[in-house]
Amino acid sequence: MKKLIDRIARYILTVSGFTTSAVILLIIGFLFKEAVGLFDNPIVDDGYVLALNERNEVEELTAQQIKNIFDEEITNWQEVGGDDMPITVFRLEDLDKYYTEEELGSEYEYAGDKIAEQICGNPGIIAFVPEVLIEGQDGINFIEDKDISVKEVLLGDEWFPTATPSPIFGILPLIGGTLWVSFFAILIALPFGLAISIYLAEVADERTRKFLKPVIELLNGIPSVVYGFFGLAVIVPFLQQTFNLPVGESGLAGSLVLAIMALPTIITVGEDAMRSCPRNMREASLALGATRWQTIYKVVIPFSISGITSGIVLGIGRAIGETMAVLMVTGNAAVIPTSILEPLRTIPATIAAELGEAPAGGAHYQSLFLLGVILFFITLLINSCVEIVSSRNKLKK
Amino acid sequence: MNKIEAKNVDFYYGDFHALKGINITIPNNEVVAFIGPSGCGKSTFLRLFNRMNDLIPGTRLTGEILIDGRDIYAPSVNVDILRKNVGMVFQRPNPFPKSIFENVAYGLRVNGIKDKDFIAERVETALKGAALWNEVKDKLKASAYDLSGGQQQRLCIARAMAVEPSVLLMDEPASALDPISTAKIEELICELSEQTTVVIVTHSMQQAARVSNKTAFFYMGEMVEYGETKKIFTSPDKEATQNYITGRFG
Repeated sequence: MKKLIDRIARYILTVSGFTTSAVILLIIGFLFKEAVGLFDNPIVDDGYVLALNERNEVEELTAQQIKNIFDEEITNWQEVGGDDMPITVFRLEDLDKYYTEEELGSEYEYAGDKIAEQICGNPGIIAFVPEVLIEGQDGINFIEDKDISVKEVLLGDEWFPTATPSPIFGILPLIGGTLWVSFFAILIALPFGLAISIYLAEVADERTRKFLKPVIELLNGIPSVVYGFFGLAVIVPFLQQTFNLPVGESGLAGSLVLAIMALPTIITVGEDAMRSCPRNMREASLALGATRWQTIYKVVIPFSISGITSGIVLGIGRAIGETMAVLMVTGNAAVIPTSILEPLRTIPATIAAELGEAPAGGAHYQSLFLLGVILFFITLLINSCVEIVSSRNKLKK
Repeated sequence: MNKIEAKNVDFYYGDFHALKGINITIPNNEVVAFIGPSGCGKSTFLRLFNRMNDLIPGTRLTGEILIDGRDIYAPSVNVDILRKNVGMVFQRPNPFPKSIFENVAYGLRVNGIKDKDFIAERVETALKGAALWNEVKDKLKASAYDLSGGQQQRLCIARAMAVEPSVLLMDEPASALDPISTAKIEELICELSEQTTVVIVTHSMQQAARVSNKTAFFYMGEMVEYGETKKIFTSPDKEATQNYITGRFG
């Protein structure tokens, strides 16, 4: 009977272990599949084409060039490798400018002919129109529709996922925003976190410690949206006034909120590490005539350095993955940050803000999954750092 | 000349009366062993000599402890300077997570010595004094944790001796070591007594008999008997001492 229970228990544990691992792997696999799917999308939205006059010899355009043309930042074909003639941008909506409703037909049945007419009659035109409308028309060149390129996504410095005709998925500003905010968050949190953990572990008397430690741990349990709200109500206006900014929502506001959120982790992990420094090690130092402070920085901190580093790295991990609070206070401008006082946007905030408006299965949707994968790699890297640091120190002891 | 003198020492951990009316005089450059069953207060008493018990909250001391004729519990005493003068070796080897060299140099550095040549010289002397020099001279930069337990304990002795204390307290220094390491430590204790006064707490009566000139027997927080080691082990005055050293209890 005992043996049977033993076997059942083992069976249950094995099965649950396997299923959990399998589910986790499936989730990661799903993430990757969706993310990689981004690169199978054409630059121009499905079902649409970019049509040119047949005398125009331009065959290829990058997503960035297309966007610039339609934003009228590029106004001459020369700039993209064509002949010297001005570019005329033509969108489907523009039909109404040139033709009356009667000419187009009540069901738009003549629209295709009219578009072709426009294209043929205007050598500098670029028309963004549905493919079905101009199928079979003569005298039209098409821009070759390539897939979204990996290079343009990974090294692109603009994020315009909803731009038409061709969305731009340059993720650098988002990675930059994430790292920038996290870096300053840690820069702010580190000195305070260390100071408080040293105070709690070494200086504070037992009563103060017993009171303060649970309070700090409690901070860990506050939902991030509350921190975000606090940041929005207090930190943002404060920064706006202090630095005389046009908007207070900035990277620094995000860093401050994140620093506050990372503090409890840094403090509790660091304090635990320092308290795990054996008493006899401390006594040995004191017995040699070292002062209390010398003992702390020459023995206790070196001894617990691996624990302290883990705390810091866990804090960074929290800062990088944090979504809600950052979304609320950083202003969400997807530009590569040049100053911490400017609005910026992080990866998690982008995913949270845009997933709702991205059509499922589309390029935008898949690009958000790609962001998720990148975030996954960043945190993986950080967690590996923790592992390496702590295993290295284990060997030392 | 008396190195250490304790007068009517009573010591309390909170409500617990750990040491009861102890009087003892320890002469200069002798090895004195404290023996007795676990919990008898011998370690507590030892730790009074470098004020290590100050670190434990809720303790209280009455009576006087004099080292070189000065009350070490007087308010004017600088504890850090006292501890520099009264070194200590602990029960378990407790090297710092630093290199072998830095472990020994630690006491010098925290006492403000910066002269590199002087430190190097002192480290070498201390390691030689602890009979460890030949084993570690080629790997002074290696972590102290690379050493064996016995080597670590000798390193701790070298560390304590590097600041040249005039008293060395040893709290069961060989209890965590194998017999060969123990023999080395005991040999060392005899040599150390040429430079300093050694007070050693030990559970091993053979060890006390081998290394000490004088022995004090503690029981239930009292010092039952104190005298020449030879006399304590051959013809003790008190029955309790007799019972303990013949192994009838403890």
